[in-house]
Amino acid sequence: MQTLQFLLSRLAKGILVVLAIVVLDFVLIHLAPGDPASVMAGESGATDEAFVQQLRVKFGLDQPFTTQLGLYIWGVVRLDLGFSHRQQMPVLDLVLDRLPATLLLTGAAFVFSLTVGVVMGAWAAAHKGRPLDRIITTVSLVFYATPLFWMALMAVLIFSVWLDWLPAFGLYDVGGNATLGERALDVARHLVLPAVTLGLFFTAVYVRMTRASMIEVARQDFVKTLRAKGLSERVILRRHVLRNAVLPVVTLAGVQAGQMVGGAVMTETVFAWPGIGRLMYEALIQRDYNLLLGVFVVSAAMVVVFNILTDLVYRMVDPRIEVSR
Amino acid sequence: MKAFWSRFRRHKAAVAGLVVVLLVVAIAIAAPYFYPVSPWKMVQRPFLPPFANPAVPLGTDTLGRNVASGLAYGARVSLLIGTVSTLVALAVGVPIGALAGYFGGVVDDVLMRFTEFFQTVPSFALAIVLVAIFQPSLFSIIIAIAIVGWPPVARLVRGEVMAQRQREYVEAAILAGQSHLTIITRQILPNVVSPIVVLASLMVASAILLESSLSFLGLGDPSIMSWGYMIGAARTVVRQAWWLSVFPGVAILISVLALNLVGEGLAEALDPRSSRDQA
Repeated sequence: MQTLQFLLSRLAKGILVVLAIVVLDFVLIHLAPGDPASVMAGESGATDEAFVQQLRVKFGLDQPFTTQLGLYIWGVVRLDLGFSHRQQMPVLDLVLDRLPATLLLTGAAFVFSLTVGVVMGAWAAAHKGRPLDRIITTVSLVFYATPLFWMALMAVLIFSVWLDWLPAFGLYDVGGNATLGERALDVARHLVLPAVTLGLFFTAVYVRMTRASMIEVARQDFVKTLRAKGLSERVILRRHVLRNAVLPVVTLAGVQAGQMVGGAVMTETVFAWPGIGRLMYEALIQRDYNLLLGVFVVSAAMVVVFNILTDLVYRMVDPRIEVSR
Repeated sequence: MKAFWSRFRRHKAAVAGLVVVLLVVAIAIAAPYFYPVSPWKMVQRPFLPPFANPAVPLGTDTLGRNVASGLAYGARVSLLIGTVSTLVALAVGVPIGALAGYFGGVVDDVLMRFTEFFQTVPSFALAIVLVAIFQPSLFSIIIAIAIVGWPPVARLVRGEVMAQRQREYVEAAILAGQSHLTIITRQILPNVVSPIVVLASLMVASAILLESSLSFLGLGDPSIMSWGYMIGAARTVVRQAWWLSVFPGVAILISVLALNLVGEGLAEALDPRSSRDQA
């Protein structure tokens, strides 16, 4: 019951945030260079003033600002994110078309970074102050300081160009008559470089968090009790300290979702991965503001949903903690 | 100050970071003396590999421009954008955090919801949208980086001010009849400077990363040579000319790493409690 209440309040808050993002979006569209009607007229090759005026009336651009805002919000509620005049397609269709690839990439990167990050962080904490700890923390600091797009480019250079181990671009290249297994393997091979590059930055974050969290937990009284009970260090670290230390790392992982979107833009751009990050880059290059802002709204909404999910998981995993508000 | 310096010096990595940062600053200042020719000018044949001609030690790019000169001028842009955008973010975040932490209640609620909103929005995507809409320029880039950078400052300052608010010296100041503004700026803020300084040094690092990402995507100021732009321009020729993307990338990596090390050193030197934890 309490969980339901929590979920509802969290949902209400999420909806408010998305609404605020939509308003921000609308304001930004209005600040974009060029009157939308003349842009549209320009796209269709007509410069006739009467035609521009006709477009203005058709799309409600002659209405007062607040009416337009209302119309825009109503449109978003009906899942109408506007029209991309460059691609001659509704923005929502373009985004939905690209969404699966992004979910695959970010999902893979998330799993990779969390697994490697927690394992490495725990390992470093277990060897605190010794050479292994130094190596792990230094390496993660270097990855933390490396620009993602550059890491992606270097991955292409080393693993595709020089070593020729893995494909550098796209999602797949097997032809039409391949079996399902072959296709899956093909996509997996294409996924390795983008997912690992995107994941490495976050791995660095999780290593640091896990290490700090482990050291924190290891200082608590219950660990002393376990030691007094005669349990081996190994068992204490693995079964007791790690379990308690991992929880805050997982919640903070939810906070990283917003950063993941930004990372996806960079990685997808370099690896020509057909996701919404790449779509955002294309919209940027073509100065397609409707599409650019549409992608922005969808990615922001995704982050809100993901945050709610992690809060919920956190609450279920650890009933001690009341996630307030 | 002396005690601070001796604590900072104990962290060798932080000292090394400081040396690197100072070196980058020196290069940025000295760029026009070493390379009086504009970094946009063609000086040699295109695609000249590095270490082949002592006049252009790091080779030339696709248009025969001097890579070393580009790196030197790029240092100016990175440092300029990094520091100015951090200052702007502090100018926004410190007052918001201080007001929220000092007054609490409704003020705190409103300001923190506002801050949370900006923390939820995917920051890099917002920066892209802002720079694209307002057209790429030094000004729009700095503002965009500041807009996505201030929320952590506000949260940090709020927490610190809240803790100080309970202290006796604040009560004494209230009894002495000082105004809220005086208490915040004269009494409380001087006591929370240390964590702000630490955060600021890390923010400069992430601002440099953000700026290079924006320039890489073609959202840099079109009249300014920057590291991100150099990598973006070299992206399509990475097979033929590795040095065009490797050198600027290493420059970003080293600068950001150095700033992070300085930040960690500052954190430990300014807060002796954490250095005990480290041992």
